[in-house]
Amino acid sequence: MVNLRVNGQERSFDGDPSMPLMWYLRDELGMTGTKFGCGVALCGACTVHLDGDAVRSCGVQMGDLNGKAVVTIEGLHPHGQHPVQVAWRDYGVPQCGYCQAGQIMQAAALLKKTPAPSDQQIKDAMSGNLCRCGCYQRIHAAIRSIAKGA
Amino acid sequence: MTHHRTDEFPVITNVSRRGMLKGVVASGGLILAAQFPAVRALAYPTGATAMPHGVVSDPHVFVSIAPDGIVSIVAHRAEMGNGAARTSLPMIVADELDADWSKVRIVQSPGDEEKYGNQDTDGSRSTRHFIQPMRLCGASARHMLEQAAAKRWGVDVSEVEADHHEVVHRGSGRKLGYGALAKDAAALPTPPADKVKLKDEKAFRYMGKGNIGITDLYDITTGGTTYGQDVKLPGLKFAVVARPAVVGGKVKSYDASAAMKVPGVEKVVTIAPTPAPAKYAPLGGVAVIAKNTWAAMKGRDALKIVWDDGPNKTYDSATYKAMLEANVRKPGKMERNVGDVDKALKSAKKVITADYYAPHLAHATMEPPAATAHKSGDTWEVWAPLQSPGGARDDIAKALGVKPEQAVVHETLLGGGFGRKSKCDFAIEAALLSKAMDGAPVKVVWTREDDIQHDFYHTVTADRFEAGLDEHNKVIAWRHRSAAPTFMSNFVPDPKHPSGIELGMGWVDAPFDIPNIRMESGEAPSEVRIGWFRSVNNVMHAWSTQSFIAELAHSLGRDQKDFLLEMIGPARIVDPRKQVSTPLWDYGEPFETFPIDTGRLRHVAELAAKQAGWGRPMPKGHALGIAAHRSFVTYVATVVEVAVDEKGNYTIPRVDTAIDCGFCVNPERVHSQVQGAAVMGLALAKYGEITFKNGRVQQSNFNDFQITRIDESPLEVRVHIVEHPLSVHPSGVGEPGMPPFAPALCNAIFAATGKRIRQLPIGGQIKV
Repeated sequence: MVNLRVNGQERSFDGDPSMPLMWYLRDELGMTGTKFGCGVALCGACTVHLDGDAVRSCGVQMGDLNGKAVVTIEGLHPHGQHPVQVAWRDYGVPQCGYCQAGQIMQAAALLKKTPAPSDQQIKDAMSGNLCRCGCYQRIHAAIRSIAKGA
Repeated sequence: MTHHRTDEFPVITNVSRRGMLKGVVASGGLILAAQFPAVRALAYPTGATAMPHGVVSDPHVFVSIAPDGIVSIVAHRAEMGNGAARTSLPMIVADELDADWSKVRIVQSPGDEEKYGNQDTDGSRSTRHFIQPMRLCGASARHMLEQAAAKRWGVDVSEVEADHHEVVHRGSGRKLGYGALAKDAAALPTPPADKVKLKDEKAFRYMGKGNIGITDLYDITTGGTTYGQDVKLPGLKFAVVARPAVVGGKVKSYDASAAMKVPGVEKVVTIAPTPAPAKYAPLGGVAVIAKNTWAAMKGRDALKIVWDDGPNKTYDSATYKAMLEANVRKPGKMERNVGDVDKALKSAKKVITADYYAPHLAHATMEPPAATAHKSGDTWEVWAPLQSPGGARDDIAKALGVKPEQAVVHETLLGGGFGRKSKCDFAIEAALLSKAMDGAPVKVVWTREDDIQHDFYHTVTADRFEAGLDEHNKVIAWRHRSAAPTFMSNFVPDPKHPSGIELGMGWVDAPFDIPNIRMESGEAPSEVRIGWFRSVNNVMHAWSTQSFIAELAHSLGRDQKDFLLEMIGPARIVDPRKQVSTPLWDYGEPFETFPIDTGRLRHVAELAAKQAGWGRPMPKGHALGIAAHRSFVTYVATVVEVAVDEKGNYTIPRVDTAIDCGFCVNPERVHSQVQGAAVMGLALAKYGEITFKNGRVQQSNFNDFQITRIDESPLEVRVHIVEHPLSVHPSGVGEPGMPPFAPALCNAIFAATGKRIRQLPIGGQIKV
């Protein structure tokens, strides 16, 4: 039995320990804000916070999550007003929107650890999150707008 | 920028279409009788009326108003990221209705073209085909509200006027909100189109302003959206399918015993293959249905399948490339002829020849295909991210062997489309798998590997150019031979030459000022599923043609931009209609409405060059490249600045793109589309290549089919939108930003390094 917290709520899981967290969130909990993009940690669409760090939830197995705390896009802010979410709206970042939950979770983790990232630090931190529509200009601008000292 | 929530989006609960629509107007407001006359009073003709089911503009179909004044507007086309379907078109309705956008909610329609008009969302058509019907729709509803108010007050309708969500009696100052008038207005018949007064464009609140955020902005940033992959139903089962690695392959035999032992796996069933031409029918294969996606995937891994690869098992990209290249070195099928090219080439002082090659591409939408189906009573319901939900409904019904009215297709958001989701093979799979489960809800999930290996691929192309120059170094002859397998192979048996649609996309419509032109297509049989990819054949024709023009400029010691303008020639209308062997396809538009106007093409080239500071001093390793191209009846020019280091690594410090898309309904989204095209354009130029060996795709995921990341993408993309009044008809936006990017980049690379890219992708070609 794996006991974990998802967005502050206690959960327990006794299924296949090799199941990736992503499928647990999406199929078992019905929390589909975390997106499936590649399944092999190459695109970042499924990024969540695991004990505060941005991780690809497709690459984390349920068997390794006992006692861990997971935060998804649904739990990033109770009213969707996390500064990254607000900046995303102010800058009209999304096109199709599919990758954006992962982008936002990655950006939120970056700013928590590095409140005043340089342009290069933004690019480095976000380089694992793919966007096929090509919203990178606005992603970069939105993050820069809320970087401390910006 | 503003946003609002759209709680009315049909987030998937187990409701019927009828129930869903009832929900929208449950508060007893404007519930409108069904009457759906098509628009016959368009101010100018477009290709919209020639599309299946044409256009509908009746507010009884698209608009409902609740007593609290909330206006619901139906979005009937697919939203895949350009904002047209769920933001721009409803915004047009709202503007003419003089509605307060903060009181507008968007309701996504199911696939039903008889009711809503054409829903086939590709070809960059949504705004250019629907601005007129949507204006008329909003204005008609406004007219009905005014009539209702006039009747209530007992005054003549000429004395009242709608003003921002209320109707005002100018004489007395009386006012009534839209909500208060909704019921009476709903009882009125739709006014005849010629009785409806459209707004003067000076009175537009939203059109042309760029002041509206996209409808789903809040939900996208909070995880509240529903894409095809996200559909939830009670008791939902999850399926993945082992499809034949070779198109046309079949299951010879399979052993599911190990798969059935995987905990959570419930059933293993086959999907029959469809002989070519298969349209959008599934590839067939063996499906594993399970309690969750992970179990289904593990079950699929445990299947033992013996395949019969069929006739396409010899498809090999290297061999095929050699064949295409040979086929453009000999005379082909004449597609356009002007003057006498053979004679002119013979008389030329100099002939310059070059060969270009561009490979297959995968769409790689960030959302891999997925669809969910179940049976409810006698009705099959499917939820899927489809570019053509109306067409898909008919294909699904056919596959199930039921009448179209027994199939309901609920449209989800699309996590990218780019042409992939024009094909509903995955939605048919879901329906067939639900049928195999006696109508239980089943979601079929495509993994990224499934997506990369079972796409409808962008075609592969070989181009050969021969340009003859006279003694004044003027181009007097232009022979362009091209060979590329056609997407018509999905629909007709074994075609070997491009269709008119493909010819018209940046090839036979070439606008150059050359007295002798000949275009010939070489044979190109299709051995895989060919599809259309954002901007379609324009991708490689713009790349090869605009690259070759820069080659000519260089060989003559001319400036790229000046020579390009000379090739385009003076401002005029180019009309190839009597020069082509297949009727000219002008993006499905009447040529008179959207002629080929070289003045507009020249203008965007000059504008992009000026804004980019063409000719400005460059740091070492930096250079500019330019390309200009008309596609989807829009004119775009791009200047790319490239910076190449001594090892041949390159970055793109800046891009300037000028776009002339007529009257710009939503400049904010035009801006984002052009920015995005620079990223996607870079992806195909830098990395894009799908190859086949033994009939099998050799790539599988983002490790070997790379797309551009933020740290290599152009972050400074300056978008210059040519401003026009409403009288210059809106034209395409979603696709036209793509074609000029790759040639502008390759021309910049040549200017920086002296290395000419004649084969895509660029890959390591300029590495030192």
